Amino acid sequence: MLIQSRRSLSEGRKGFVSRVLLVLSVTLGSTLAALTAQAAVLNIHNGADPSSLDPHKITGDWENRIVGDMFEGLVTEDSSAEPMPGQATSWTLSEDALVYTFTLREGIHWSDGTPVTANDFVFAFQRLMNPATGADYAYLQYPIKNAEAINAGDIADVSQLGVVAIDDNTLEITLESPTAYFIGALTHYTAYPLPQHTLEEHGDDWVKVDNIVTNGPYRPIEWVPGSHVSTEKNPEYYDMESLTIDGAKFFVLEDESAALKRYRAGEFHIMTEFPTDQFEWMQENLPGQAQVAPFAGLYYYVMNNSEPPFDNADVRKALSMSVNREVIGPQILGTGEIPAYSWVPPGMANYGDPYEVDWKDMPYGDKVAMAKELLDGAGYTSDNPLELQLRYNTNENHKRIAVAIAAMWKPLGIDVELYNTETKVHYDELSRGVLDVARAGWLADYNDADNFLNLLKSTVQYNYGRYNNTGFDALIDEANTLTDIEARAALLKQAEKLAMDESAAIPIYYYLSRNVVSPKVSGFENNAFDVHRTRWLSLSE
Amino acid sequence: MLSFALKRLLTTIPVLWIAITACFFILRLAPGGPFDGERPLPEAVKRNLEAHYNLDKSLIEQYFIYLGNLLQGDLGPSFINQDFSVSEQLLIGLPYTLIVGGLAFALSIIVGVLAGIAGSLYRNRLPDVALGAFILAGLVIPNFLVAPILQLVFGLQLKWLPVGGWGEGAVTHLVLPVTVLALPHVARISRLTRGAMIEVMHSNYIRTARSKGLSDMRLLMRHAIKPALTPVVSYLGPAASYLLTGSLVVETIFGLPGIGRYFINAALNRDYGMVLGTVVFYMLLIIVLNLIVDIVYAWLDPRVRH
Repeated sequence: MLIQSRRSLSEGRKGFVSRVLLVLSVTLGSTLAALTAQAAVLNIHNGADPSSLDPHKITGDWENRIVGDMFEGLVTEDSSAEPMPGQATSWTLSEDALVYTFTLREGIHWSDGTPVTANDFVFAFQRLMNPATGADYAYLQYPIKNAEAINAGDIADVSQLGVVAIDDNTLEITLESPTAYFIGALTHYTAYPLPQHTLEEHGDDWVKVDNIVTNGPYRPIEWVPGSHVSTEKNPEYYDMESLTIDGAKFFVLEDESAALKRYRAGEFHIMTEFPTDQFEWMQENLPGQAQVAPFAGLYYYVMNNSEPPFDNADVRKALSMSVNREVIGPQILGTGEIPAYSWVPPGMANYGDPYEVDWKDMPYGDKVAMAKELLDGAGYTSDNPLELQLRYNTNENHKRIAVAIAAMWKPLGIDVELYNTETKVHYDELSRGVLDVARAGWLADYNDADNFLNLLKSTVQYNYGRYNNTGFDALIDEANTLTDIEARAALLKQAEKLAMDESAAIPIYYYLSRNVVSPKVSGFENNAFDVHRTRWLSLSE
Repeated sequence: MLSFALKRLLTTIPVLWIAITACFFILRLAPGGPFDGERPLPEAVKRNLEAHYNLDKSLIEQYFIYLGNLLQGDLGPSFINQDFSVSEQLLIGLPYTLIVGGLAFALSIIVGVLAGIAGSLYRNRLPDVALGAFILAGLVIPNFLVAPILQLVFGLQLKWLPVGGWGEGAVTHLVLPVTVLALPHVARISRLTRGAMIEVMHSNYIRTARSKGLSDMRLLMRHAIKPALTPVVSYLGPAASYLLTGSLVVETIFGLPGIGRYFINAALNRDYGMVLGTVVFYMLLIIVLNLIVDIVYAWLDPRVRH
């Protein structure tokens, strides 16, 4: 009896243990199944830490990726970043091309269920232009009537801004002058509506994850600074049904080599930048995953036009001609950036082919010979060499290019002193005009040639080379008053020709976007703005 | 002991003040400001931003405003990461740094001391030589090299461990960063322990104890370890602060959200508030750590107390 009871006890125990194991394994199995079933979370290597989730306080593409998934403007980006109806379903433009009237989509809501109204747009645009907000990118919406004057503090009354709510569903935007690219500019995060009710309730804290409400496809659920921002579907979004990705996790990781290792280990689905020196390796070992595509941006050198010797167009031309652009993309960077001979990158809307310098197709030897003649003519010979300081902000690629270009200038008898500083110092000194020759770059904010040509306008602060040609300025100003797209393009191109013939600056290459995309991700379309909203992507196992 | 600790604490106040003052002014001497970037801001916007952060006032005024706020425990706003104040960011990042740094600290002591004792007991024999080689490697190979190698081997080749990330604090995610962070300290601590142990084991009182017939084990545990650890303990203060401040590389490579990264990022971005905040915070941490070490030291060596 004793033995029996003992046995039954141990049997009972065995039964219990196996039952527990069974339950455990079933739970575990079902949890795992559930996890894999809802695992449609896109892991994105996003680069730097976002500085804010407030659309008026951000400036970077890494912030745009997050915030652009959470908010939606009147117009939004389709899968290839072309404008398409967003919160507005349709719009009309007045005869004089000055007044847009937008009809908002029926039944759009913030993620807390409050309706999105035309007033939320008025509120957001006024806040954007209010100098107290300190929005870096407010200038993108300067085509709106009185916007620039309000932002500069000349008009104190923000209600003078040309954005008016006719009723809850109708918004009227009046422009300073006809602006062909305005609809495109409305896709930008500076044009997103803001939830007036949330801002009034929480003040500056409206943007905390616990308080924020959004009107885009996703909403934030977690933000650990230095680690990640996580989003989930916004249940109130009008197109919620067609979202196949349940949420995204945007990882902060500035070390690109480490990011690549994590990508290879399957920890990321998308990398938004990669170490260029690994490109060849990736092409062999991760075929089709590393993607480079033309990107609306220009890498260039400025020369100090306001001081000798760079006030001499011949000297500038000699410097520009002798840069062998053909080797920079393929050999120095290794990713095949396209050599730039024009100021406006190819493919900008309503512009056609940009104007390229007339010496583009000369053999490189002839270019060097001609550059030498130009320098001789300007009085710079081997006895009296041209000395210059070449500035760049500290970065491996900028350094490689500067070293290469200094070597290209050497046969002309030019003495180059390389000088690098960290980014903040670099731009601080450039904007104060402390430079001989310096590296700069520009990525298009909106799809228009004017965005690049502006960099050479004498009245613009970030015209670092101080190129000053009243004829050039007048052409741009006149072009921007025209409604006829072709006539406008013709004037802009005339301005581009003027600046390029005078070698106002040295265009070097057009940027390429660099992404690594896992074969599990579909719907990723390369485009000139490198915008890929999660809404259009899907994920397979 | 209490008065000893208090006295040590009081002497740190002027040190803290000098460090903050120096840091405040040196930072402002550096060219470039938080609002300089590729595209200059309109004047009105820049003026408003500067007024918001008191940057429009004179440097001396700003200094006293900062000190005043600091005395009330307010580290001020971050200029760059605008959705979180400096204190909020430090508090969010601190647990990660403490966990990784603390584990690395414990690992360095345990493995370092054990390896040091083993080395001294098997002096110049195979275990000692093998350990010596390993230690030399730990000392000379910088962690920005060790980290990617371990990531390649254990993350990508063997697939035993994740390559990076916090992973909700899972142990597997901690193994590599903690190891990388601890390695140089394991090396240093074991060198120190070995050296001190050899010295102690040759001292007269140990020889006396041995002649009385004490077993080797008892000799080691009762008489040798405590005095041999004094140099190790004096190293622990600096080691702890290295582990907490030096986590920059490890945090960057493994993508951990600790506060080591703030140092460099904030300085490069001219985020004045954040740089000062990190400095103040680390100073306090180091002062406390050094105090603890001093107390332990006083406990180990009565001569220090008097």
